[in-house]
Amino acid sequence: MAEETTKLICITCPVGCELTVTHEGKKVLKVEGNQCKLGIEYAKQEISEPRRMIITTVRVKGGFHPLVPVRSAEPVPKEKIFPILKELRKVELEAPIEMHQVVLENALGTGVDVVTSRSLPAS
Amino acid sequence: MFEKQYDVAVIGSGPGGLAAAIAAKEAGAQDVVVIERDVELGGILLQCIHNGFGSVIFKEDLTGPEYAYRFIDQAREVGVEAMMDTFVLDLTPHREIYAINKRDGMVKINARAVVLAMGCRERPRGALAIPGFRPAGIYTAGTAQRLVNIEGYMPGERFVILGSGDIGMIMARRLTFEGAKVERMLEILPYISGLKRNYVQCVLDYNIPLQLQRTVIDIKGRNRVEAVVSAQVDEHWQPIPGTEETIPCDTLLLSVGLIPENELSKKAGVELNPLTGGPYVDDTMQTNVPGIFAAGNVVHVYDLVDWVTKAGLLAGRHAGEYATQRRTESDRKLRVVAGDNVHHVIPEVLDPSDLEREPLELQFRVRRPVEAPVWVKVEADGELVKRKTERYVRPSEMIMVKLSPKDYDKVAGAKKLSVRVEEKG
Ligand SMILES: Cc1cc2nc3c(=O)[nH]c(=O)nc-3n(C[C@H](O)[C@H](O)[C@H](O)COP(=O)(O)OP(=O)(O)OC[C@H]3O[C@@H](n4cnc5c(N)ncnc54)[C@H](O)[C@@H]3O)c2cc1C
Ligand code: SF4
Repeated sequence: MAEETTKLICITCPVGCELTVTHEGKKVLKVEGNQCKLGIEYAKQEISEPRRMIITTVRVKGGFHPLVPVRSAEPVPKEKIFPILKELRKVELEAPIEMHQVVLENALGTGVDVVTSRSLPAS
Repeated sequence: MFEKQYDVAVIGSGPGGLAAAIAAKEAGAQDVVVIERDVELGGILLQCIHNGFGSVIFKEDLTGPEYAYRFIDQAREVGVEAMMDTFVLDLTPHREIYAINKRDGMVKINARAVVLAMGCRERPRGALAIPGFRPAGIYTAGTAQRLVNIEGYMPGERFVILGSGDIGMIMARRLTFEGAKVERMLEILPYISGLKRNYVQCVLDYNIPLQLQRTVIDIKGRNRVEAVVSAQVDEHWQPIPGTEETIPCDTLLLSVGLIPENELSKKAGVELNPLTGGPYVDDTMQTNVPGIFAAGNVVHVYDLVDWVTKAGLLAGRHAGEYATQRRTESDRKLRVVAGDNVHHVIPEVLDPSDLEREPLELQFRVRRPVEAPVWVKVEADGELVKRKTERYVRPSEMIMVKLSPKDYDKVAGAKKLSVRVEEKG
């Protein structure tokens, strides 16, 4: 496989180092521009399988608010974001809601749960 | 009128106010109340449902509500009283608070110490001087955030976002998640004003078109926004003729900065610093009015909520000590001033004898970005007290430098401390 270079910005911390990554397909050969080791980990993950958090809301019946915020317990593969959002749109929870109540277990086979990120009393 | 006496009254229940109330309790204050105009505790964090909070204090990646709940729970445990759905209308220099709610009507609270924790508000459209009609469909990014994340209402389908601050970028992603289209983000500066990580995970990830050095010069539509007209600007922020573009959309979001919320502070005679929009505070977070302290974004807009919590803890502890009369006097005589490439420094004045007892943190922001290593120098009447290296400095990120009791001798007799930033040779 041919060697390529990809430019990335590390999002692990607020510094936001601009990385130049040399790689062969998904295999990272060299990372430049990182100010710490975490930048190398980020580059490897980003080149092989970029992951992001899912943050959204789901509908609630009989709640103090009509919605409750939810999050993925960990980042999920990027291409799974919109399919998981679509699943979450079908969900309607019933108040009262506990903090970190599971909303979607093992979301679309990613091994990651989607959970509520606050408690919500009934109205 | 319903009247009540408290040791410490905190106005606002965001992370700054909650931390202050908890710390006041822990410092020995008996009755501590938090007064909040909203129907629940937590402040603006409840609508900031994204992650990225708590990296300093908890070493965890929390969402806004998760972060808020840690302190809401703790405040309940230590017995902080909460007065919700209660709007504070007036505050006097004698620490009399006049508030109003549905249950009691007018309420008067006499407090031995008060902590101002009203947070900040967004710059409204008026500050922007965009001409044209006032059609529906123009919101600040934070108002849209509240509608989408708490009230479950989508304010539009096709958006243009003016400004590249963090709230604007986070809303660009949020609206995309909800199926809306963000047609454009426009930034008048030659660089993005929010964090790079938000640029990557909110803007680049979803291919949202962002243009620098452009602004909105006109809004089309009589009843509802139908389009905005953008234009390139020159170095004086003046639109360049011939560069106009009409962008069809139904909603315009403004993400053009935050300003401390200090209408109440002014009523109490609290002096404000025109550079920050917040009160002048000393090293105990006390304002010029004895017994009135301030914490959080009401003082200056912080970039990390963790620092808001820390400022709240400091203000609350000192308010608690003031209320219980363990400390009522302070010898505020050492002024702290901004030197080269420093915009402002908090605190603005301090009692040097405090440094003899415990370390003290100076917080500041720079005027210009420097993307190379710099020296941060603290000087007392021109003599070096402390210096440290920063790998880079940016106006969007607060910088801290700590003085320790070891430095006391160097500042004890001085009249003025100054902080400056110097590029390394
Ligand atoms: C729209 C918006 C989005 C933000 N997003 C982020 C983010 O993503 N990440 C981040 O780190 N920071 C964010 N911030 C900054 C955020 O304000 C701080 O991080 C943090 O919440 C500040 O805490 P605080 O306690 O100072 O103020 P706040 O959390 O704003 O709390 C102030 C409280 O005071 C109450 N209050 C004000 N006036 C009165 C009155 N007269 N009577 C009674 N109660 C009153 C308000 O209702 C509010 O609950 C955001 C700010 C805004 C405005
Ligand atoms: S490489 Fe290290 S310092 Fe640079 S952005 Fe990533 S985590 Fe931060």
